[in-house]
Amino acid sequence: MRKIKLLASGLLFATLLQAQETFPVNGVTDKREGCFAFTNATLVKDANTTVTNATLVIRDGKIIAAGSGVAIPKDAVVVDCKDKFLYPSFIDIYTDYGIPQPQRAGAPAATPQNIQAFFNAQQTTGGTKGLNGWNPAIKAEVDAIRLFAVDDSRAKPLREAGFGTVATHQKDGIVRGTGAVVTLANLKDNFVVVKEKATANLSFNKGTSSLSYPSSMMGSIALLRQTYLDAAWFKGNPAAATKEGVNLSLKAFNELQSLPQIFDAQDRGTDLWNVMRADRIGDEFGVQYIIKATGREFQRIKDVAATKAPMIVTVNFPQAQDVEDPNDARLVSLADMKNWELGPTNPGAIEKAGIPFCLTAADLRDPKTFLANLRKAIEYGLSEKAAMEALTKNPANWLGVYDKVGSLEVGKLANFVVTNAPIFSDRAVIMQNWVQGEKYSIKEDAWSPVAGTYNLVVNTPSGAQAFTLDVKSASSATLIGKDTLQARFSHDGRTVKIGFAPGLRVRRANPAMAAMMGGAGGANAGAAAAMMGAVNLPASATRLTGFNNGSSWNGTGVDSAGNLLTWTASPIAMAAVKSDSAKAKPAPKLGGTLYPFTAFGAADSSVPKQETLLFKNATVWTSDKAGKLENTDVLVKGGKIAKIGKGLSDAGARVIDGTGKHLTAGLIDEHSHIASASTNEGGQSVTSEVRIQDNLDPDDINIYRQLSGGVTTSHILHGSANTIGGQTQLIKLRWGANDEELKFKGADPFIKFALGENVKRSSNSQGNTRYPDTRMGVEQVLIDAFNRAKIYEGQWAAFEANSKKKGAAPSAFRRDLELDALVEIMNKKRFITCHSYVASEIVGTMRVAERFGFRINTFTHILEGYKVADKMKAHGVAASTFSDWWAYKNEVQDAIPYNAAIMHKVGLNVAINSDDAEMARRLNQEAAKSVKYGGLTEEEALNMVTINPAKMLHVDNQVGSIKEGKDADLVLWSDNPLSIYAMSLYTVVDGTVYWDREKDLSMRKQVKAERTRLISKMVGEKRSGGPVAPFTPSYKYIHTCLDHGHKLGMLEIDIEDADDHQ
Amino acid sequence: MKKIITLVNSLLLLGGMATAQETIYPAKAQKGLLFLKNGTVHVGNGTVLENATIKIKDGKIEEVGVGLAIPADDVAVFDVKGKHVYPGLILPASSLGLQEISGIRSTTDLTEIGDVNPSVRSIVAYNADSKITNTLRSNGILLAHVAPVGSLVGGTSSVVQLDAWNWEDAAYKADMGMQLYMPSLLSRPGGRFGALFAQFFSVQGDPTKEALDKIDAVKQFFREAKAYFAQESKEPNLKLEAARPLFEKKQKLYVHCSQVKQMLIAIDFAKEFGFEVVLIGASDAWQIADLLKQHNVAVIMSQMHDLPTLDDDDIDMPYKRAAILQKAGVLFCINDDDPQNRGRNLAFNAGTAAAYGLSKEEALGAITLNTAKVLGIDNTTGSIEKGKDANIIVSDGDILDMKSSVVQHAFIQGRKLVLDDKHKQLYERYKYKYGIK
Repeated sequence: MRKIKLLASGLLFATLLQAQETFPVNGVTDKREGCFAFTNATLVKDANTTVTNATLVIRDGKIIAAGSGVAIPKDAVVVDCKDKFLYPSFIDIYTDYGIPQPQRAGAPAATPQNIQAFFNAQQTTGGTKGLNGWNPAIKAEVDAIRLFAVDDSRAKPLREAGFGTVATHQKDGIVRGTGAVVTLANLKDNFVVVKEKATANLSFNKGTSSLSYPSSMMGSIALLRQTYLDAAWFKGNPAAATKEGVNLSLKAFNELQSLPQIFDAQDRGTDLWNVMRADRIGDEFGVQYIIKATGREFQRIKDVAATKAPMIVTVNFPQAQDVEDPNDARLVSLADMKNWELGPTNPGAIEKAGIPFCLTAADLRDPKTFLANLRKAIEYGLSEKAAMEALTKNPANWLGVYDKVGSLEVGKLANFVVTNAPIFSDRAVIMQNWVQGEKYSIKEDAWSPVAGTYNLVVNTPSGAQAFTLDVKSASSATLIGKDTLQARFSHDGRTVKIGFAPGLRVRRANPAMAAMMGGAGGANAGAAAAMMGAVNLPASATRLTGFNNGSSWNGTGVDSAGNLLTWTASPIAMAAVKSDSAKAKPAPKLGGTLYPFTAFGAADSSVPKQETLLFKNATVWTSDKAGKLENTDVLVKGGKIAKIGKGLSDAGARVIDGTGKHLTAGLIDEHSHIASASTNEGGQSVTSEVRIQDNLDPDDINIYRQLSGGVTTSHILHGSANTIGGQTQLIKLRWGANDEELKFKGADPFIKFALGENVKRSSNSQGNTRYPDTRMGVEQVLIDAFNRAKIYEGQWAAFEANSKKKGAAPSAFRRDLELDALVEIMNKKRFITCHSYVASEIVGTMRVAERFGFRINTFTHILEGYKVADKMKAHGVAASTFSDWWAYKNEVQDAIPYNAAIMHKVGLNVAINSDDAEMARRLNQEAAKSVKYGGLTEEEALNMVTINPAKMLHVDNQVGSIKEGKDADLVLWSDNPLSIYAMSLYTVVDGTVYWDREKDLSMRKQVKAERTRLISKMVGEKRSGGPVAPFTPSYKYIHTCLDHGHKLGMLEIDIEDADDHQ
Repeated sequence: MKKIITLVNSLLLLGGMATAQETIYPAKAQKGLLFLKNGTVHVGNGTVLENATIKIKDGKIEEVGVGLAIPADDVAVFDVKGKHVYPGLILPASSLGLQEISGIRSTTDLTEIGDVNPSVRSIVAYNADSKITNTLRSNGILLAHVAPVGSLVGGTSSVVQLDAWNWEDAAYKADMGMQLYMPSLLSRPGGRFGALFAQFFSVQGDPTKEALDKIDAVKQFFREAKAYFAQESKEPNLKLEAARPLFEKKQKLYVHCSQVKQMLIAIDFAKEFGFEVVLIGASDAWQIADLLKQHNVAVIMSQMHDLPTLDDDDIDMPYKRAAILQKAGVLFCINDDDPQNRGRNLAFNAGTAAAYGLSKEEALGAITLNTAKVLGIDNTTGSIEKGKDANIIVSDGDILDMKSSVVQHAFIQGRKLVLDDKHKQLYERYKYKYGIK
C-alpha cells in the first residue's frame, strides 16, 4: 500500500476520468480509474449520519464504499484522513453558472441623453424574434442546457465555498425556461451534466425584453397569469390555437409544468411581499412554487409560512453602513438598520417556522464568503443539521438528483469536501473539494497543523545558530534565541518563509489594543493575531525560504550582511488542537421585530387590538340624517358602532372622554396611491388586466401618517398613464396588517380609466409614439376596447353554450384577463373611476359608456366638472375632486376651487380626494375649503370626505357615517374637524385604535432609542474592523398618478419621474 | 362728504362686476386719507389691537390705534368691525410671473442655460398679467419674492407687489437677492425603477465629490469677483459685475438646500465672503437651529404641508419645524412652494405651524413681518406700523384657518385692490348657467 501525503499529490491525479472513445486523443491514451481510499476519517454521510474512523472509497468518479470496516481495494491510493472530516459537497439550487449573461444592447453610460432614450423607448409591439410568443419576457423556450458551458473561473469560487453541484438557469425574463443540474468539475462540458432539465424558473423581472409592457410589478403578475391561461387554451384547444401559428413559448410553457417551479421573488427589489405575491399566482393556477426568498422573511414569518412554499434562502446579509458621521446616520432608516441587525436571523427564522428550505450562495458578491456567512446564520439561530440538509439532501431531492448527489453513499458521485474540523465550526477550513472524483485543492496548509515549537538551525558562515521557532499559526511566529524576536512567518502548506532582524524584540502587546481587538469574540481575536503577525521588518532583515517536506523544513536564506545561508527546522512539540467543545457562542443580543418592520411599527406585544370603546360627551358629526349631535356618547363593540346616545355606559368599555372634542366618521380618500408596490402599468393603452390588489404594500409609513390625519379608508388607484388603467383596491388603514388583511372586504371592484394629457403623453419631451396622441384617439381606444369586449363576451357565451351540449368536443376558451374586466364593467359588476379634466372629454366618455349600456361611476380629478355638471347629473356620475389645485398643466388652466361647491349645488355626489400622500393627512382641511370657496355648510363640507366618497365607492352601508351597526371607523378630533387647528387624537378602524396621539409620543421615544442603539452598534462594527459599506441614504420610492409635479423630499424618488412628467 | 363703505355694499359691487380678467385694473395711487376702523388689528409683530383704527395717508400708514379721530372731511372710511386686519402676506420665494403653467414649456422663464448665471435678473421676465397673481391676492398675498432657478447660481431675484401694469411698476425691491442652488451631497439612484437603474447604466463618478467640486467652482467665482472689484479699470465682466451688490451687502445670498451638510457649506459662504445668507427650503434646518442662530443665518422654510424626510421622523416633523426654529431664536419665514396650488395656501401653512407649536401671532409673523425682515424690506412693509406702506388685508375671520379665511379687502400702498380673479369669474359664469344663488 502506498501512503502518499496529499500535500504533494495534486499534480499526479489530474485525470480525465470518463474519457470517451468518440473524442480523439492528442498524445498517448491515459485512462485511469482514479481509485482512492480515504481512511480514518470522520465521515458525515448526511446530516443525520456521522461515522467516525471510517473509510470512503471512490472509483471512476463515484463512491464505491463508505463506512467503517470497508475493504480497501488494492489499486486504491490511500489518503490518511486522521482528524479530518468528509462531507457531501454542497448543492446550490439557484445559480446561473456557465450561462452567458443576457445582454440588453450593452450598458450605456448614464448620460442624460442615454437615460432619456432609454425611458422613451415606448416599444409597444414587436420585440420578439423567431417562433416565440408576443412578449419576450416569456422565455419558456429557453433551455439552460443549450446555453451551458463549463466556466472554471466561476466554478472555482463556488468549489472553494464547498459546492460541488449546482442547478443553473438563465436569469432573464418572467418565464425563464428550464434549468439544468451540473457539477462544478472542470471537465469537458459533456461530462458534468447531472440532469438536463431539472427546474422551471420564473420571476417578476422582465429582464432584457425591450417591450415596454410590463413596466410594473402588477403588470408582471398580469402577464404571467395571462400566460397560464394562454397555455391552457393552447393545450386544450389545439385547433383554435393553430390560428396563433407556431408558438414555441406556449408549447414550452406547457412542457415546463412537470418540473419543479422555482420563482425568484427577489429579482425585483427586496420587497418581502413578493413572496406572497408569487405564491398567490401559484395558488391560482395550482402550482406550488419553490420561492427564492428576499432575505426579509423574518419580518413577517407567519405570512411567509402560510404560503407553504419551500424556499431558497440567501446568506447574503446586509452589511453595516459607515454611519460615524451623524449627518449620514440621520438619513439611514430604522428599518434599514434593523434589517442589518436581524438579517442573519432569517435562515433560522425560516427553519423555526417549519418551512422546507435550501441555502444558496446566490447574491453574494464573493461566493467565498459563503461559509463565514452561513456560520453567522448558525450563530443567529440556524441549526447545523438544518444547514447541512439545506445544502445537500433538500436541493438534491427537489432537483430529483438525490440518487446522484447530496450524500456520501455508494453509487453517488464522488462529490465531497475534506475539512480539518466540523465544517460549521469557526476554525474549520475546506482543504479539498472533490467533484466527480476530481480533486480540487483549496487550502492544503491546514492539512497538517503547523502550530508548535520547532528547532531552527541556521547555518551561517560563522557557524550554526540554533533558535526555537514558536509557530502560533500559519502566519504568525516568534523566534526565541537570546531574546524573543518578532518574526515574519508564513506557511502555505508547502512553502515556508521566515524573516527576522536581530534586536527587533517582541514587546508586550498594548493592552488597550489587545482588549479592543480581541475583546469582541473569536473572529476579532483572529484579526488581532493577524495584525500582530504582520511585522514590519527592516530591509536588511535575515530572510529564509524553504519547503515543508513533511517531517522537516529545509531551505536557504540570506542575512543582513548578504551572506548566503542554509537552514533546517524540525518540530519539537506540536500545539494541541483546540477542542471544539469550546462553549457555544452566546446568542447575539438583538432588538425585536416590528409590525410593520419600520419606525412606528408595533412590537409583538403591543400590536393594536379590537376593543370595546365608549366615547363620552363629544360633539358627534354623524354625516347622517341625525346631523351634528352635541354632548353625545358613542359605544363601540365588536368592531361596530353599537349605540349612539346620551348617558351610555358599558362595564367592559374603555372610556374616552370626548368633552369639548369632536367625533366624526373615519375619513375616506377616493383617490390615493399609497401602500402599493407599483402604480402605473403604462406599457399599453389598455391594461385592465393589471390589479393594484396584486401588489399592495402594507408596510408603507404613509398608512400610519394618514391615520394620524383621520383617514381610515383609501381607494388605491392605478395611475393615469393610459386610457384604461388597472383594477383598483379599496383598503382600510389597518397599520400592521398583512397585504390581504388590508383589503376592504366585500367592496365592489373598481377600475381606473384616464383621459387627456397624461394618456396622450403630452408632456413627453421626446414625443409620443403610443396610440392615442389626441383626445380623438382616446375616445377610439375606449370604443375599440368595449367593442372587443362585446365580441369576446359573445364568443364566451357561445363557447359555454356549446360545451354544455352533450357530446361536444372538449375544447378550451382563451380567457382574456383584459377583456374579462371590461365585460364586468358592461355587466355592472365593476365600476369606473375615471381621471378626467376638461369638459369635452368628460362628456365624450359618458357618451361612450352610454353607447355600451353602462355608466361611469366616478369622475376623479374632474376639475372642469363644474362646466358640465348638469350633463354629469343626467348621466348619474359622481365627482371626486381636488379642493384647489390648478395651473400645473394645460388641461387645468380652468380649474377653480369653487368646482366642488358648484357640482354639489347642481346635485352631484361630490368628494374631495388627495392623490397625494401628504395632503391625505389633511383631507378634513381640504374639505373645509369648500366652506371658503362656495359657501357650503360645515356638515356638507365634512360629508365630502366621509359619506359622499363612501357612497361613490358603494360602501356607505358599512362606513362613512356614524350610525348604529356600521363599522366603528371613527376619529376623535381635538377641535372642529374643519379647522386647521384640529388634530386627530384617536383614529379607530373596526374598533381598533390604530392611532393614539399619546401613544405616538411614546413611540417616538422608542424609535429614537432604538436608532441610537443601532447606530452605535454599526459604529462599533466599523471600529472593530468588521466589514462596513459606505452609508446609503434610505431612499423612498414613491408612486404617483403621473398627473402632476410632486414636491419631493430629500430622500424621495418618484419612480415615474424620468418617464413622463415635469 | 364722508364715504362710508360697508362690507355689504362692497361685496355687492364685486358680485355685480363679473368682468373679464383683462379688466381687473390695477388701482390708481392712493391720495389723501383712508381709514380702516373698528377692526381687530394684527400688527404682525405679535401685537393685537382690538377695535382699532388705521389711518393711511398717500399710501403710507400714518397712525394705528384705538379711538383715532376720523375727520369729517372727504375721506374714505372702511368700517371693518368684527373683521381681522392683517399686514399683506408675503410669498417669500416663488416662480410667480416667471412660470404660468409648469407643464407648458413655452410659458416658463425660470431657468437659464449654464451653471453660473448671476447676471440673469428675474424682474425683467416677470409677467405682471399672470392669471395666478389675482388668485394669490384673493387669499391675502400682496408681495412676492420672485426667484430664478438654476443648477448653481440661478441669478438675481426681486420682490414685486401684486398690483401692477408691468414689471417696472411691480418692482417693490428690485435685485435684492442672489439665488444659489446647492448641489446635493447625496448619491442618488436614478429616476424610474431606481433600483433597477444600475442594471442598465454604469453610473459614473462620486456625486459628493462632484458636488464639492461644483461648490469650489462657485467659491472660486466669488473669489475672482472680489479680486475684480479690487482693481477697477478692467474690461467689464457681466457675471463678475453681477456679484458686486452681494459684496456691498445690497443683496443677500439665498441658498436653496435641504441637507445639513449643504447648510454648513452655506454658513461657510457667509464666513468667507461676509455675505448675508438666507437658506431656502432647508427641511433639516431644525437640526442645526442653534448654529443658524449663532451665525445669523435666516431661513425661508419650505411649506409646512410636507412629509417627514425619513420614515423615522416624528410624523408631524414638517408641521413643527417652525416652532423649533422659533424656540431657538432663528429668524425664519414660511413659504408655500406647492406646485399645484401655486402659493395661495400660504396662510394655511402658517396655520399648520400655529397648530403645531407657534402662537397664532408668531405664525402670522412668519408670513408677514419676519418675511419682510428676511427679504430686507421690513423698513417699508411686513407690519401695520406707522411709516410703512399701507399693505393691508381684511379677513372675515382668522386668516390662518381655511374655515374662516375669506379676504374682503386688500390694499397695496393704500390702493384698494379689485379682489376679482379668474376663478371667481368662472364661478360667476357657472352660477349663472345653473341659476345658483
